[in-house]
Amino acid sequence: MSAKAKLDRRGFLTRSIAIASTALLGGCDGELSEQPWVKRILDKAETLTRVTQRAIIPANALAREYSEADISKDFKANGSTGVDDDTYRALAANGFADWKLTVGGLVETPLELTLAELRAMPSRAQITRHDCVEGWSCIGKWTGVPLKALLDKAGLKPSARYIVFYCADDLAETGDDDGKYYESVGLEDAFHPQTILAYEMNGAALPIPHGAPLRLRVERQLGYKMAKYVMGIKAVENVAGIRGGRGGFWEDRGYEWYAGI
Amino acid sequence: MADADSSIKKREVVYRHSGAVRVTHWVNVIALLVLLMSGLQIFNAHPALYLGSKSNFDDPVMSMRPMKQGEQVVGVTTIAGWKIETTGIFGVAYDEAGDYQVRGFPWSVTLPGHRDLATGRRWHFFFAWLFVINGMAYLIYSLVSGHLRRDLAPGTSELKHIGASIREHIRLKFPQGEEAKRYNVLQKLAYLLVALILLPLMLLTGLAMSPGMDAGYPFLLDMFGGRQSARTIHFIAASGIVLFVVVHLVMVLITGVWNNLRSMITGRYVIKVPEGQS
Repeated sequence: MSAKAKLDRRGFLTRSIAIASTALLGGCDGELSEQPWVKRILDKAETLTRVTQRAIIPANALAREYSEADISKDFKANGSTGVDDDTYRALAANGFADWKLTVGGLVETPLELTLAELRAMPSRAQITRHDCVEGWSCIGKWTGVPLKALLDKAGLKPSARYIVFYCADDLAETGDDDGKYYESVGLEDAFHPQTILAYEMNGAALPIPHGAPLRLRVERQLGYKMAKYVMGIKAVENVAGIRGGRGGFWEDRGYEWYAGI
Repeated sequence: MADADSSIKKREVVYRHSGAVRVTHWVNVIALLVLLMSGLQIFNAHPALYLGSKSNFDDPVMSMRPMKQGEQVVGVTTIAGWKIETTGIFGVAYDEAGDYQVRGFPWSVTLPGHRDLATGRRWHFFFAWLFVINGMAYLIYSLVSGHLRRDLAPGTSELKHIGASIREHIRLKFPQGEEAKRYNVLQKLAYLLVALILLPLMLLTGLAMSPGMDAGYPFLLDMFGGRQSARTIHFIAASGIVLFVVVHLVMVLITGVWNNLRSMITGRYVIKVPEGQS
């Protein structure tokens, strides 16, 4: 083992003991968790988890797919269960016939695709388990267009590193774009065979509580990555300049960007 | 505990715990405490447990939830269909103003001490790494140094006399003199159960809850009968560790708190041997 690795491990242990003892002395109140230096140290584990999981999980390993009999009878709709604005209501009233998905950012050919055009593209159906960060799981069948097919059609520029999903729902209820849901994935997940933009759930048009007309499925991560009410997709070089800068609605509110655990 | 015939006994200081055992023991104390408290924070985000791959919301094996009782909202804990009212402890708690809050465990035992799942997860995963690194170091040391074989593995004759050891423990009679230089058979079995079964089980059931790990290593799901079963086993194994810690602390208290503490800090443990025996 190199001297540097040894030092790093010792540093990790020392820092852990430092925070833990402070936690005990501080009576384990919320104050400690608010300290920027504590946050910074705790954040290190996310990188360690992401790098380790990326190293030990084969890039194309598939999430388990279940049988029709396993499908949940009451799949919980969490987060936003609708979109409270007139534009969306008008689109929904018309069965999303006038809705268009925009694909832009660092792509060779920006696209605007209707639901019919998306349905005409290659499709994938998968019965998978949805794991919420809260702890529960539901199983559902999702049918949609593989994100890879869309990205290949638009042609990613070499500088693109992340795919950002912009949603219609104003989950934070700020009344402007800042409170709207958004998410992002890296290219490993964007091109994964099970990463799809689903327009059907359990064999029927995607219901509004589950994100109609289009929701993302990233099967090897937690539910909050799977943005609902997707309106636009943008390829970017980094997510730092977008809203809170951490790559997603919940990420901006303290959750991990890598939600594989 | 001073005993009447201590005058005829001699104090002997033995070197009981190696440096590696002492360091990994205390790192583990810190890691497990943070893991337990942040784990309860995570549990509180959805205070119900299920069996199988998915959550059958109508049929949890355990839950802490609010229920209407006439006009009043009460906290009800359900375990395998068995309901107990636990208002104020689990499920629902009222404040001084008479307003109630829905939650699982009291916030006084969680980390952070109020609802904050995101931060609870950060604490949990950071200290999970510390727990894993520390546990690996302990296991490698125990195998290489012979600690596992020499100090922890019980011999056949010890196992045969387990009944006698249980009877002595019930009467709170503990080994003295030469006998106290080694762990007794119940101690060995308890430590082995925790170090080789419960703690590794915590790690494996924890990993089985990771959708990323499940994709790469689907045997994790099959081992425990699905992700929700793994979550339930994670909770039960954690309860088992809490039970172990309670018994462990009681034993430390009744067999001499300072002697035990000193031996886990400096390594030195005092035993009383009858004059002439050593």
